[in-house]
Amino acid sequence: MRYHAPATLEDATQLLGSDLGDCRILAGGTDLLVRMRSGFAEPDNILDIKRIDGMRDITAEDGGWRLGAAVSGAEMGEHAGLTADWPGVVEAAGLIGSTQIQGRCTVVGNLCNASPAADSVPALVAARATARIAGPNGTRDIPVEDVPTGPGKTSLAKDEFVASVFLPARPDTSGDAYLRFIPRTEMDIAVVGCGLSLTLDGDGTCTDARVALGAVGPKVIIVEDAAKALMGTKVDEAALDALAAACSAAATPIADKRGTVEFRTHVSGVLAKRAAKIAASRAGA
Amino acid sequence: MRKIHVSTKINGDPTEFLCEPDETLLDVLRDQLGMTGSKEGCGTGDCGACSVTVNGRLVCSCLVLGAEAEGAEVATIEGMAEGDQLHPLQRHFIENAALQCGICTPGILVAAKSLLEHNPDPTEEETRYWLAGNLCRCTGYDKIIRAVMAAGKEMREAS
Repeated sequence: MRYHAPATLEDATQLLGSDLGDCRILAGGTDLLVRMRSGFAEPDNILDIKRIDGMRDITAEDGGWRLGAAVSGAEMGEHAGLTADWPGVVEAAGLIGSTQIQGRCTVVGNLCNASPAADSVPALVAARATARIAGPNGTRDIPVEDVPTGPGKTSLAKDEFVASVFLPARPDTSGDAYLRFIPRTEMDIAVVGCGLSLTLDGDGTCTDARVALGAVGPKVIIVEDAAKALMGTKVDEAALDALAAACSAAATPIADKRGTVEFRTHVSGVLAKRAAKIAASRAGA
Repeated sequence: MRKIHVSTKINGDPTEFLCEPDETLLDVLRDQLGMTGSKEGCGTGDCGACSVTVNGRLVCSCLVLGAEAEGAEVATIEGMAEGDQLHPLQRHFIENAALQCGICTPGILVAAKSLLEHNPDPTEEETRYWLAGNLCRCTGYDKIIRAVMAAGKEMREAS
């Protein structure tokens, strides 16, 4: 195995495109090193992207925030501006692992690891975040939901990697939240997760909403009927019940030792309802 | 495999080592540098026995490659006491019997020191959450938490 730590995006994509053999991207390493250790990954090459400019930066851009691919969960949680604008995304990232894991884990890694139960991904999808993909012809931006295609699989070409994610600007009267169900209080994998972002107008009527469910399908499910159930309402009990019903209807979970189909279907609605209340209160309702 | 030359600082001392590309920082510390205070429990970031700080950030050294330590400042349990003078956390661990077999202890001390640097006056709940990534199968945790709270109090009063 060889270890590469290039200093530019160009050098990195060139390495990925060359015929060195299997090459894995290293940012926080909290998935990759575990996989290597347990024999699930035996890469010929590791490409450490942390020495590339911008990979460790949280930068204000067009009223939103750009997160470099190597920004850790801990760094997100300590960033006052990011936490004020996107508390749901920050709390979703903050749920990943222990303090030690938080020191290294990244939302871009969470996205590219493509686990259906990834905590930060429903929150990023609800936020309409985009991923900036670096490739041989420069960079391109795509919605984050288009990065994972199924468990452990992404849409990226061999010579591409995600260099950053961008959380766009939204009106001040907006809020977001992420909730997950786990059977204990700390450090577990989501049985169901729900990310939700909404915007209210001056009199508290919902003008925009986006709802994303995790761990109840092979990838994150965007529930458009749930967003419609909120829009035009004051996020009252009737709207919340319609939201919950839409989420339960959209969930397509498997049954495993962590939860049955019936449980996950029901909890999808319960979490969406609770997340909507938190998001609405953050929006100033 | 070609070995990688790494220049780093460990507990304030400039240190150089050669490592394999897939060698972890934990393996380098233990097998090459003879710093066996950091323990390997699980090797997959679950137990915290290998906790160190890299550039002031608490991490599991089993989930860091040795090569990543280039230019970094690493702090391990070996840098905690000053000569014969134990760190207040170490003293309170002894006074509170916060250890039995001792395998988890270096990692917990490093993690607790990092907690008190980030938050000198943590609540018990904050302390328990911060240390949730450090597993101990002997003590039942209560004595550990009491020791950390007592050390924090002493350090606040001394500063």
